[in-house]
Amino acid sequence: MTRFLAITHTEMLILRRNRWLLVATLIMVLFALALTFAGSAPTGTLGVDMLTVSVASMTTLSVYLAPLLALMIAFDAIAGDVDRGSLSLLLSYPAGRGEILLGKFTAHLAALAFAMTVGFGTAGAVAAWFGGAGPESLMALVRLILTSILLGAVFLALGYLLSALARGATAAAGLSAGLWLVFVVLYDLGLLGAVVMDKGGTFTQSVFPWVMVANPADAFRLWNIAATEGVAMASGMTGAAQALPVWAAPASLMIWPVLGFVLARAAFLRVEP
Amino acid sequence: MTDKALSIDHVCKDRGKTRVLDTINLSLAPGQRVALLGHNGAGKSTLIKSILGLTPIHGGAIRIGNATPGSNQARRETAYLPEAVSFHSALTGREQLTLFAQLSGAKADVPGLLDRVGLSDALDRRIGTYSKGMRQRLGLAQVLLGQPKVALLDEPTSGLDPISRQDLYAIIDELAAQGTAVLIASHALTEVEARTDRIAIMRKGRMVADDTLNNLSALAGLPIRLKVRASANPDVLAAELDGSRINGAAVELLCSPEDKMEALRRIAGMGDAVADVEMTPPKLEDLYRHYAQEEMQ
Repeated sequence: MTRFLAITHTEMLILRRNRWLLVATLIMVLFALALTFAGSAPTGTLGVDMLTVSVASMTTLSVYLAPLLALMIAFDAIAGDVDRGSLSLLLSYPAGRGEILLGKFTAHLAALAFAMTVGFGTAGAVAAWFGGAGPESLMALVRLILTSILLGAVFLALGYLLSALARGATAAAGLSAGLWLVFVVLYDLGLLGAVVMDKGGTFTQSVFPWVMVANPADAFRLWNIAATEGVAMASGMTGAAQALPVWAAPASLMIWPVLGFVLARAAFLRVEP
Repeated sequence: MTDKALSIDHVCKDRGKTRVLDTINLSLAPGQRVALLGHNGAGKSTLIKSILGLTPIHGGAIRIGNATPGSNQARRETAYLPEAVSFHSALTGREQLTLFAQLSGAKADVPGLLDRVGLSDALDRRIGTYSKGMRQRLGLAQVLLGQPKVALLDEPTSGLDPISRQDLYAIIDELAAQGTAVLIASHALTEVEARTDRIAIMRKGRMVADDTLNNLSALAGLPIRLKVRASANPDVLAAELDGSRINGAAVELLCSPEDKMEALRRIAGMGDAVADVEMTPPKLEDLYRHYAQEEMQ
């Protein structure tokens, strides 16, 4: 039972040693701060505090950054060990493949959580200091951090899946870049195209919101936006959120990490080092 | 069944249409050291991976003690040193070995083990700074974790300097002395010759020999080589002994083990005409060539 913790401990050492943790945290802090200051203009016109606006901007940021950072650690998790030739040795020890994957996942998620909390926390604190904050906007910040960690978890698991399927770490990196592009950019573009073609027909009315929420990145966005009126106003995205039941986005974002992990484990079981 | 540390019984494995392991039989008693020889691609590494349960077999059975490959018990009782082992370069030797100790569940004296393989100075240095030989030693240190029933060493001497090789075989002897059965896949024939109890030779997925060196020599009927140096005229000597001249002053003749004494007596009877005699029994290299390249029958 403690075996996966041994793996976790080792993976944390590696993330600290190779500066991944430092770089990821720095990226989060810098982007979050930049967006907070750049996006602080509409505060007066919307009549909400600066933290609310900051959370709305950071939600958009996190849709891009959380999957990217997660995939950046995850792609190497299995393929890298295969390339180094150390996986066969690791698997000759009495630790199940599920345990190994869980150990890595725990360490990687902890590192992501640290980077998210420090990054968004710092920007949130700055926004609150300069532009004020209320209980509602503080809740929105906490929700942003927690959902970002969930979104990271989704893409860690999907990254392991690709890492187990790919032949070599280089191929895994390429596949990960493709996955990111599809989920974060192309999926929305495709939906946008479909909505435009449909001209407000049945697809737009009933199918579109469900297809949208099936994508974890969009579910993340919807959850954050639907939950806070101020954030929804600041981001100008209320329509899709209102068309769905409240549980849809949280359910999507919570099912995906589990689903991804199960798939990754199944793919890892088939890897012959 | 239970008195064997490792038993491999009629094991077959197919990869696509080719049969990579063909009815392999091999068993190791506790404390036995067996060399596994064969060309690249003969199936040595595949066999080792099958024993570890890392790759499925399609016929026959493998037992480590009483456990099946890949089971938790089997993995606890097996130690493995992969060919050209490598580790994450960001970790130190101590951290890497501590991880393995925790995974194996064995109480381990990590600094002591690293000292045993001569890495005590590099304990807290990153593996990225290690030489190939040092990584190999670190790999060897993890073989010593716990008290494995079976140790599988895939090309353990690759990248080691001569002194380290001596150390390696000393460690293998220690393992054997504590009752571990050691299977060594190797290309370094001359080392293996002196340091193992039995030789197994694989060719194209089949086990073509599995016996002690002496028995294998007798079985193969390889000739003993006698080199006789003449003091005066080598041509006369060659004619008399029915041998062939190999350089200005020497004659070579081949004889079977049974005829060896007879030949020596003849040479001794020639008196002053013979300046020196050198006798070379068949080496493992000759045997290996005999078994590993013998035409398929």
